[in-house]
Formats: sequence, structure tokens, C-alpha cells
Amino acid sequence: MNRPRFRWHIVVFLAPAVLVYTAVMIFPLFNTLRLALYTEVDQSRVFVGLQNFQTLFFDPIWSEQFWNALGNNFWFFLIHMLVQNPIGIALAALLSHPRLRFAALYRSAIFIPTILSFVIVGFAWKLILSPIWGIAPSMLDAIGLKSLFAPWLGKEEYALTTLALISVWQFVGIPMMLIYAALLTIPEEILEAGEIDGITGAAAFWKIKLPLILPSIGIISILTFVGNFNAFDLIYAAQGALAGPDFSTDILGTFMYRTFFGFQLQLGDPHMGSAIAGAMFAIILVGVCIYLFGIQTRMRRYQL
Amino acid sequence: MRHRNLKIALLGTTLMATTAYAEDVTLTIESWRNDDLTLWQEQIIPAFEAQHPGIKVEFTPSAPAEYNAVLNSKLDAGSAGDLITCRPFDASLALYEAGHLSDLSSVEAMSNFSDVAKSAWQTDDGSVTFCVPMASVIHGFIYNKEAFAELGIEVPTTEDEFFAALEKIKEDGTYIPLAMGTNDQWEAATMGYNNIGPNYWKGEEGRQALIAGEQKLTDEPWTAPFATLARWGEYMGDGFEAQTYPDSQNIFTLGRAAIYPAGSWEISGFNAQADFEMGAFKPPVRSAGDTCYISDHTDIGIGMNAATEHPEAAETFLTWVASPEFAEIFGNALPGFFPLSSTPVELQDPLAKEIAEWRDECESTIRSTYQILSRGTPNLENETWGASVAAIKGAKSPEELGAELQEGLSSWYAPHQ
Repeated sequence: MNRPRFRWHIVVFLAPAVLVYTAVMIFPLFNTLRLALYTEVDQSRVFVGLQNFQTLFFDPIWSEQFWNALGNNFWFFLIHMLVQNPIGIALAALLSHPRLRFAALYRSAIFIPTILSFVIVGFAWKLILSPIWGIAPSMLDAIGLKSLFAPWLGKEEYALTTLALISVWQFVGIPMMLIYAALLTIPEEILEAGEIDGITGAAAFWKIKLPLILPSIGIISILTFVGNFNAFDLIYAAQGALAGPDFSTDILGTFMYRTFFGFQLQLGDPHMGSAIAGAMFAIILVGVCIYLFGIQTRMRRYQL
Repeated sequence: MRHRNLKIALLGTTLMATTAYAEDVTLTIESWRNDDLTLWQEQIIPAFEAQHPGIKVEFTPSAPAEYNAVLNSKLDAGSAGDLITCRPFDASLALYEAGHLSDLSSVEAMSNFSDVAKSAWQTDDGSVTFCVPMASVIHGFIYNKEAFAELGIEVPTTEDEFFAALEKIKEDGTYIPLAMGTNDQWEAATMGYNNIGPNYWKGEEGRQALIAGEQKLTDEPWTAPFATLARWGEYMGDGFEAQTYPDSQNIFTLGRAAIYPAGSWEISGFNAQADFEMGAFKPPVRSAGDTCYISDHTDIGIGMNAATEHPEAAETFLTWVASPEFAEIFGNALPGFFPLSSTPVELQDPLAKEIAEWRDECESTIRSTYQILSRGTPNLENETWGASVAAIKGAKSPEELGAELQEGLSSWYAPHQ
């Protein structure tokens, strides 16, 4: 029996990726978590253990902002789950219809906003919805519904929902494409077999296609979750670091940015900022774990 | 062969260049004002060099948003310029405390500046001044003169007249009375609360008392401005809640609004944009005959890098910056940024001149939240933005807002505990 030779080429081929990934992802991640355990006293860094987290969760000044941001984040996520993903699935189902004309055109048109920069989307929608120059008020006026118009981005009660819907508009193409791809993999024979058994039209979607694309929907949900809890750009581009009006659009990303880098006269506090980043990391980790161990393992898979 | 000649020639020129420089001292200025690069290169530096042969000056600005970070790393690495443009208050104070800025208290030319002018670059007890004040911005209201003439409105001096004017503009309906929005939040605090506020808290008197802990933000002088702001809401344009700062500027310069709550830094932009005649009036006083107070906010100073190799030359330059000659060049090249020196400066721009004259009639103060009070968490300045917006929208009563701000301030600031 020959002992198998140690396969050096595996190490050699993995090394560049491992090194680069460690240098730009793993090391900064752990260093940020480490930074959260320190604070600055008289221009020198002091180890304080979990005190920053205690401040974040229990000091009323900090915890109020933290829970507000977390609550807003959940609302932001909920809107995406309730609006973006169902619409994405519906669009994919329509697009995969064999007799739909111009399917490729619709597909590109709906997907294009996804490749736009957040800054462009933020400013474009701010202009569209502007009560002064925007086309939204004049369009509503043209159909006699001017009374329905409100300066949505400036009102505490609507601003976050408006931004979430803008984000939905931008990203609805992603679930659409993923589900569309999943729908295309469903073999014709299964659908034909169903047809012979009398399952056609909408019933075919609910009873055959939907169960078969459930794993893709699961993946989309988890991508939405991670994306939403890391969101920052759109809010920052549209409402600024103070996430107005009155912090009603403040999410964990903007809260972290403001704390870490400072804002106007508020000097940056990298230690508290890292603590918030650590909390965000933990929330996302828990969410992903719940999905991986609680949902994905129980999901039924079908051999096609 | 040819290559060697070239090398020798190059070496020769390098040596010559070095010897030429050795006679002159070169001072480098760190700044965030990259907008002002041509002004420095074409006007300020030639004027200085003409009088001080032997000293060369280089202006090397970086981008405003990066300035603090770039400067800090340069100072730590020992590669920063000899002269450092100072941000007001805590950012520069931190540099002084870290030993990066020299103490300039003994520089004779410092006596050209008032205490308010110097307050932005002093230690908390006022014993050490570490930057020469360069310029301030003044708050007030800029108005459309043609609109006022058309509607037959006199320039208001008291608050009653101010609101009567707003009411008249609103009734007429041609113009939006007040060009301001609350979307970006800071205008409400900076051009709202801190614009009209000094008339309520009596400028420096109230501001110092607040810092000392003798007055509280729940006191009448500090909550009353919120009550006045609450009345502004109905005169601001439709959908002001989502109106941004550039929106407000455009509405005014397009001639769609009559009055713009302003900071003087708007002057050059407005001169370029607006094709109607503009005038300015100071924040109206509460009742006729009251002393007026204006927010004359210190914004730019310049100090000496403690590690400079040419302290004498740097001091010569700073002394010149403190002189009336510099003030005149600077004030005229950048209308709206007013020199802080006590000697009056002849300004050419009519609007800037009108605003600068308020200094003779009124008492000057700076924005109430900038010195010392915005050091802790929650940050009083940021909180004031939110509070001013809430006041304008009528979301909370002035008393509630005062109580909230006071609670935040007392949570970390010892004189208020």
C-alpha cells in the first residue's frame, strides 16, 4: 500500500484566495469585533470588555436609538418580503409563460434598475417625489388625485415605507431573475403529466411549480434578509446620515456610520461604532443560522 | 556618453535649485478650502511675498470632507505643512491638546481680534489662543427686493412686522413667503434657531450662562425661539417637509420666494444665480428698540504647526494674516466670508457690505451649540436640528423640546447636573 502523497498543489492553488480573503475580510472583521471591546480614555486605548455593548443595550440614550434602528430595519425587511418577493415571483411566472411576447424586453427593463447606483436611484426618486419640481405631484394632478399627494420623504409616518418601496423598485429584478431561472429548470414532462391529471393554468403554478421553486424562494429570503440588514446606501443618499425626519428612517447601517465616523459636530467614536457593527453581525448571523438549521434542513426537495 | 552628460546636467540643475531655495524659506499651508486655490495663488500669496522677500508660501488644500483625517495623519507622520488652517472649536482644540498647534497668545497682532472672534480657537478657560481668526459667516435674512416693492412691504425690523410681512406675501400668493425646507434638517437649526435665537438669549450673555450652567435650555430665552419657529411652518412652501437645502436655494434664486433665511456664505452663489435685486435684513427684534444680536459665527482660522522648522517665518505670515490688508483682500475676494479683525474693512459687494454693517449696530455672538456643549453624547447640535424641525412642523411644544434637549445635555455635562 502506497501512502497517498500530500497534495501540495491544493495548498498552492488555495493560497492566493485564502490570503487575500483573510487580509481584506476575515482580519478586518475580527479586528472590528476586537475594537468593540475597547474605549478611548485620554487619547489612549483601554480595554473595557463588554461595556460598550452594555452601553448600547442598556443606556437609555443609546438603546433608544438602537431599538429604533432595529425596529426600522425589521419594517424595511418586512416590506421587501411582502412586496418585493411576491412581485418578483409573479413577474417570473408571467415571464416564463411560453406565449408571452416581448418577454426579453420586459425582463431587461425590470432588471435594469438593479444595476444602477444607489446614489442615482436615491436622487432620481427624490426628484420624482419632490413637492416642488417632482413629476409625481403633477401626474397625480393630471388625473385629479392631487389630494393624495404628500411630501412622503419628509413625513415621519411615510418616509421609511417610501424608501423601502423605492428599494423594492430597484431590486425586484433579482428575485424575478432567480425564480425565472428556477422555473426554466422544471421539465416539461412534469407539467404535461400534471395536465393529463387535469392540473392546468393557475393550479399548475400553485401545485407543481411553487413547491419546486421553494428552495429558490428560501435563498431569496435569506439574501433579502442579509441585504436589508446591511443596507445603508439608499437611506444615506436620500436622507443623509441623520436619517431624517426625526430618525424615522434610521436603520442599523446609518446608525453605525454616524457613530463610527461622527457627524457634523459629533466626533467619531470607532469603539461604539464597532460595537454596533458587532451587533449587526450577530443579528445577521442569528438570522442566517435560523434559516440554515431551522428551515432549509426541513425543506422538502424533489428529484427532477 | 550622451546619457552621462544628461545625468550631470540634471544633477547640476538640482543642485542649483536647492541652493536657490536655501536662501528662501518656503512655508506650506494645509487647508480644506480647495475652492479658494486661485484666490490664494493669485491674490493673497503674491501680496504677502511682495512685502516679505525671502519667504515663499505654498497653498496645498485637500478635499473638505477628507481634511481632518488627512491632516491628522500628516501631523502624526511629521509631514504636515508649516501653517494649518483651523476648523472652529473641538477639532482644532484636539490638535492643540495633542501638541500639534503652537500657542499664539503672545503674538502681538492677536489684539486685532475681539474675544468672540477668538473664542473658536481658545482653550476652554480662554487662556491660550492657538489660531488666528480668519473669517466668519453672519446669519440673517436675504430678501427679493423686487417682490417687496411689488407688494409694498417695508423691511421688517421687529417680529410683529416680520410676521405681518409674511402674512401679506402669503395673502398675495405670487411668492412663497419663506424659502426653507426641513428635509435636510440643519437649516432649521442653523438658519432658524441659531439665526433668530440670539435676540432671545441676548447673545453672548445667554450663551456663556448656558455653558456655565446658570441658564437651562428649559428657560424661556431658549424655548421661545422654538415657539417663533413654530409660526414659520405655515409660511413655508407646499410640501416643505421634503424640501431640501438646494431646493430652497433654487426656489429663492428663481424668484419664486420672497424671503430666504440665510447665512452670508450664500452671497456669491446668489449673486451668480439670481437676476433680481437682493437685500438683507437682520433677525427682527422682539419689540421695537431692543438691542439686536446677530450670529457672527467664526468659521476659519489659521495656526502654526508646532513642529515647523521655520517658526519665525510662520509667525511673520500669521501676523500678516491678522493685518487689515489681508482682511481686505480676503473679504472682497470671498463676499459673505467676513474678516474678523476689529479694524473695519471696506467691502465692495453691496449685499456683503449691508450684512457686515450689522456688526456696528448689533452685538455679535456665535452659534449656541458649537462651543463645549456638543462634546458629549447625545450631541446637542444634532439634537437641536431635530428639535428645530419638530418645532416648525408643530410636532412638539417648545417646552417639550426644551426639556428633551436639557435632559440630553444634563446627562453628560457636569455644570448642568
